[in-house]
Amino acid sequence: MRIRETFEKRKNSGQKALVTYIVSGDYGYETTKENIREMVRAGADIIEIGVPFSDPIAEGIVIQEASQHSLSQGTTLKGIFQMVKELREEIKETPFVMMMYLNSIYRFGTKKFFDLCNECGIDGVIVPDMPYEEKDEIQGEATAHRVDNISLVTPTSHDRISMIAGDAEGFLYCVSSIGVTGTRSEFTTDFDSFFDVIKKNSEIPCAVGFGISGPEQAKTMSQYCDGVIVGSAIVKLISQHGTESPKHVYEFTHSLRKALDE
Amino acid sequence: MGKTGRFGEYGGQYVPEIVMNAVNELNEAYEKYKNDPDFLKELHYYYREYANRPSLLYYAEKMTKDLGGAKIYLKREDLNHTGAHKINNVLGQVLLAKRMGKKRIIAETGAGQHGVATATAAALFDMECVVYMGAEDVERQSLNAYRMELLGAKVVAVESGTRILKDAINEAMRDWATNIETTFYCIGSVMGPHPYPAMVRDFQKIIGEETRKQMQEKEGKLPDCVVACVGGGSNAMGAFYDFIKEESVRLVGAEAAGKGVDTDQHAATMAKGTKGIFHGMKSYFLQNEEGQINPVYSISAGLDYPGVGPEHAYLREIGRAEYVSITDEQAVRAFEYLSRLEGIIPAIESSHAVAAAMEIAPKMSQDETMVICLSGRGDKDVYQVARYRGVELDEN
Repeated sequence: MRIRETFEKRKNSGQKALVTYIVSGDYGYETTKENIREMVRAGADIIEIGVPFSDPIAEGIVIQEASQHSLSQGTTLKGIFQMVKELREEIKETPFVMMMYLNSIYRFGTKKFFDLCNECGIDGVIVPDMPYEEKDEIQGEATAHRVDNISLVTPTSHDRISMIAGDAEGFLYCVSSIGVTGTRSEFTTDFDSFFDVIKKNSEIPCAVGFGISGPEQAKTMSQYCDGVIVGSAIVKLISQHGTESPKHVYEFTHSLRKALDE
Repeated sequence: MGKTGRFGEYGGQYVPEIVMNAVNELNEAYEKYKNDPDFLKELHYYYREYANRPSLLYYAEKMTKDLGGAKIYLKREDLNHTGAHKINNVLGQVLLAKRMGKKRIIAETGAGQHGVATATAAALFDMECVVYMGAEDVERQSLNAYRMELLGAKVVAVESGTRILKDAINEAMRDWATNIETTFYCIGSVMGPHPYPAMVRDFQKIIGEETRKQMQEKEGKLPDCVVACVGGGSNAMGAFYDFIKEESVRLVGAEAAGKGVDTDQHAATMAKGTKGIFHGMKSYFLQNEEGQINPVYSISAGLDYPGVGPEHAYLREIGRAEYVSITDEQAVRAFEYLSRLEGIIPAIESSHAVAAAMEIAPKMSQDETMVICLSGRGDKDVYQVARYRGVELDEN
């Protein structure tokens, strides 16, 4: 519920939502926590808590390397839940969604996973390797626990958009271009027609992600939908600055917020 | 819905949305052509005229006498063009790609046999070809890497992750997601999202079909036991498939135990794996309790994979096939054994099947017969085996 309200609040004041992503545990849980605090302070509306996976097939090199680095420091799903639980005591309003590969949920135990989502205040999950046809893998437990199962649509989805958007929960994650995550210098997707089809089929908020590298692109992309998602650009900052990253993450997030509000 | 392409609970289509339309398109094309007389006629033309099928079924008389049990036959997939069973599947997929209008083929490869087969078919049918190969495998199979380049393919040495087969698959999947509109992903084993496990099996089932016919001619009966090595499991599925309905035929898969299943250096998914969802399928995987995929090890780059095809998981679950683990040491001994005894140097992958047969055959009666799927030839492995034996060869 927090997710829909967040989008509505921004919409009612004529603004766009800002969703930011982080690879949990990269340079330690404390660094992640501090970065999330800074993102929220700088105006991020929703935090995507990335759960590192050994073989992230949908990710570009930046998130791949950060995931490996995080895992090599001993990051675990249990540890991430603990971190989220602690953060939730300070950050009450901002929705947290977990972005993770299906095997992490499956192997952990789907019911146990969603129990912990409730206990720690996770509002939604995004599972990039679980298409519509396989969503029953988690849908029952997600619904029973009132955790949004957030769907993705892509420029290759075409006639699948109506099916996916029709059942979408929380917000619809619109992938800007074909390929994996990572910043891009330009986009080749025909956004007008892509978002036309999405809007016709979707009643829930839409946010666009994949490849958004900075304030200018965020601003441009935001005209098509209700919010923008920035991931790799932030992860890159954390890789560059390590435990010193929070102030850089604040500045960057702030610049995104400012661009969106202009 | 959600239940397409299942073998029991295994299989499925666990891939990113970005490739779903491509997977569906492939499935439609495969359904359309798999029983199409013109398609099958063309496929069998290339099987026969280009790949050298049917492959021989050779009676290994000396091995039979030496082991003193079942009468042993070798299904000589090593005599196929490009030196392994991989060409069977590749010809099928590339002919399908051609009908789908795709001009660019990508593939992953472990030992390099699938990469070489794909590069070969791409050369034959004038297609652009990119092969992803783990950097470590490029080092230990440099001959095959160069062979692919000779054939006109681009070989990408994958430096990410553990630098072996699974990482090559990750990179191929990323390429596929990026070039989805132009590119056909030619998967080399009975793995990945539906329809790949069923489709690759169907392109490999010729192995078992020929074996049945040849055994009928030579022995006038079905074999009592069929043995094949299992990484992802394509030569095993090909050898097993026609016999699944024949309950008298014992089916044995041999997986790689590396330095031993009780060490942390093996690729014995059946012995030590747990259920998971990875690389597009629900199956068994070597993974930790949080679902992170474990690094794996085998002397054989082709068996060095942390998962197994979903149909194998199913065959084991219903008790139709059994799976044994073979160490590096056993495989190398079998490699040397078959070389000296029969004058046939088997691939180090296939040597795992030979090693399993060496355990099983002596326990069978002399009236019984066994077929070993000799999935590939071992020229590519000579350097690796020499190194294992501490012999320094002058060239890499």
